[in-house]
Amino acid sequence: MAILITKATRVIVQGMSGRIGAFHAADMIKHGTNVVGGVTPGRGGETHLDRPLFNTVREAVEATGAEASLVFVPPPFAADAIMEAADAGIRTAVCVTDGIPSQDMMKVKRFLKRYPEERKMRLVGPNCAGVISPGQGFMGIMPPHIYMPGRIGIVGRSGTLGYEAASQMKALGIGVSTSVGIGGDPINGSSFKDILELFEADPDTDAVMMIGEIGGPQEAEAAAYAQAHMTKPVVAYIAGLSAPKGRKMGHAGAIISAFGESAQEKVEILEAAGITVAPNPSAMGETMARVLARQKAA
Amino acid sequence: MRGTGAAETSASPPPGGEERGVGRSPPDEREEKMDIHEYQAKEILARFGVPVPRGGLAYSPEQAGYRARELGGNAWVVKAQIHSGGRGAAGGVKLCRDENEVASFAATLFGKQLVTKQTDANGKGVYRLWVEAASDIAREMYLGFVLDRKSERIMIVASAHGGMEIEDLAETDPDSLRRMTVDPAVGLSEFQARELAFQLGLKGGQIAQMVTILKACYRAYRDLDAVMVEINPLVITGAGDLVALDAKMSFDTNALFRQPQVAELRDRSQEDPRESTAGDHGLAYVGLDGDIGCIINGAGLAMASMDMIKLAGGEPANFLDIGGGASPERVVRAFRTVLADPNVSVILVNIFAGINRCDWVAEGVVKAYQEVGLTIPVVVRLAGTNVEEGRRIIDTSGLPLISADTLAEAAAKAVAARPRKAA
Repeated sequence: MAILITKATRVIVQGMSGRIGAFHAADMIKHGTNVVGGVTPGRGGETHLDRPLFNTVREAVEATGAEASLVFVPPPFAADAIMEAADAGIRTAVCVTDGIPSQDMMKVKRFLKRYPEERKMRLVGPNCAGVISPGQGFMGIMPPHIYMPGRIGIVGRSGTLGYEAASQMKALGIGVSTSVGIGGDPINGSSFKDILELFEADPDTDAVMMIGEIGGPQEAEAAAYAQAHMTKPVVAYIAGLSAPKGRKMGHAGAIISAFGESAQEKVEILEAAGITVAPNPSAMGETMARVLARQKAA
Repeated sequence: MRGTGAAETSASPPPGGEERGVGRSPPDEREEKMDIHEYQAKEILARFGVPVPRGGLAYSPEQAGYRARELGGNAWVVKAQIHSGGRGAAGGVKLCRDENEVASFAATLFGKQLVTKQTDANGKGVYRLWVEAASDIAREMYLGFVLDRKSERIMIVASAHGGMEIEDLAETDPDSLRRMTVDPAVGLSEFQARELAFQLGLKGGQIAQMVTILKACYRAYRDLDAVMVEINPLVITGAGDLVALDAKMSFDTNALFRQPQVAELRDRSQEDPRESTAGDHGLAYVGLDGDIGCIINGAGLAMASMDMIKLAGGEPANFLDIGGGASPERVVRAFRTVLADPNVSVILVNIFAGINRCDWVAEGVVKAYQEVGLTIPVVVRLAGTNVEEGRRIIDTSGLPLISADTLAEAAAKAVAARPRKAA
């Protein structure tokens, strides 16, 4: 049944009537995503892409039973839109927006903790490509045709490297259960560990491809989790072997500022935890194929 | 609208903390964020209630001497204003005993490229000096505020020993570092501030002074969307009072839209002109030492392509992310940016389009050939959205472009296409 989004998931798009929001919402609908409406304050009552528009997320949830929201809202207003979704009872929000101030994200993370476990919203992103369960539906900006449906989970910070992994696996006949972009910002909604937990519990996922990069503590945390709690194999790749210390490499989070944050150090931490690390970004697919073959033989 | 390019684009700041054994420390000096000068940080912090020494800004040696006379007294510290730490060791700071010495030291600094251990080999240009009344120092401490990625909160880092770089402090005396995080919903509590003051060994009236300083720094950080506030050293004077002898602040570039007064403090003379010009055109560019120019979409894929070049035996000349939804014009601009580096002998274009379009990128490549007058080899690898159309444009262009299907092939072809160096 994949994670985070299936064929049945009722999805709304916050910012659906915007130019970019509309373009991607149309693509989502075209590929079978169950988009039940959109939210644009002031446009409630209108329809867009043959779907009803609502003024607030709460109205959208009440009218459509929406469980998931894709947040396509410009940076100054994105944090507020995420909190609105959480308050309205959305279960999963995916935020694609790049450039949200870090203190806004600090507030969002604190805000999400207010709710009891049973109605706490899961946030994926911001600054991410989104979530796709191939053949079922997606919330985000990825090109859906590069993914083949299958049983391998993908989780990565970088959108384009996630595409790279999916297409390398497809070329080898390996399909994807769900691919999750957790985003390139220093403060993000879901960590590698959070998504690994979901894949471990998902009966339709057999193994996970984890794509990390320089900077931040999340790969190390994921390695410790995988070693202690995962029964499914994890294959990893860490981008930034050639990145110099102290220079930010595009992603706000991609900077080596501490011990354990360089690519080499992360590779060592992952390997020490029993994770197979692809030697280079072109070998993500074949490394996964090798690990799967070994598992089959065992 | 910037902000939905997401996975493939990216712009800006904040830090990560240092974690080494016990410790985390403020971010690296050179990461991408908006830095300001020491004197500007002191002015801001003073406004929030942090005591700073009296001083004045000078744009010329004469003005520096005049500032000293204006301040009075018989000892002044003259400090080069550049966006870098390590100024003292690099000869950018001096204690002067008379006005002539102030003016003559100033004369040696103005217009100079000051190279510190935190700058690159070119250093940073000195165009402003800060002249300050010398302080009587009994003890030096360290105080920093950073964004902690683990707790996702503002973290205060303090040490009873200051003056040296926090990285060195974390190495030599990690046990002296005190850390505490601040709950964003409540803000910094008095009791937390008091606790820290006692931990630093402060006494009597210094406790209240420290609480004031901590709360002021926290408010400045929070209200102005900073990503780093550092007072190093925070000194205790001979009279027993706390004073911020040096100050640094960096700001979240994503939040500048709501901090217009902070945005005005940007000093382009302290930036790498190629990187800031590229940034103005929506390109994330970082210059490196190699000869293979890179034009890529997505920070992750850009880093991975650079890694692949290295594994294939080459050296990347740059990191460059064209961002999401790149127009042909932006692609041409990317070529211009990469070609401004004279070391570049081959260009690798690697695009895995999601929110981008391969056909637009291909048009951009062809346009770059026509407009920029390319004479070096170009390797192009396209995948994703509109890839067939993109490849058709490349294949029918009649230009000597080298096509590649995969990341590995692209990197190998780029390395092979480099002209042989004359022996």
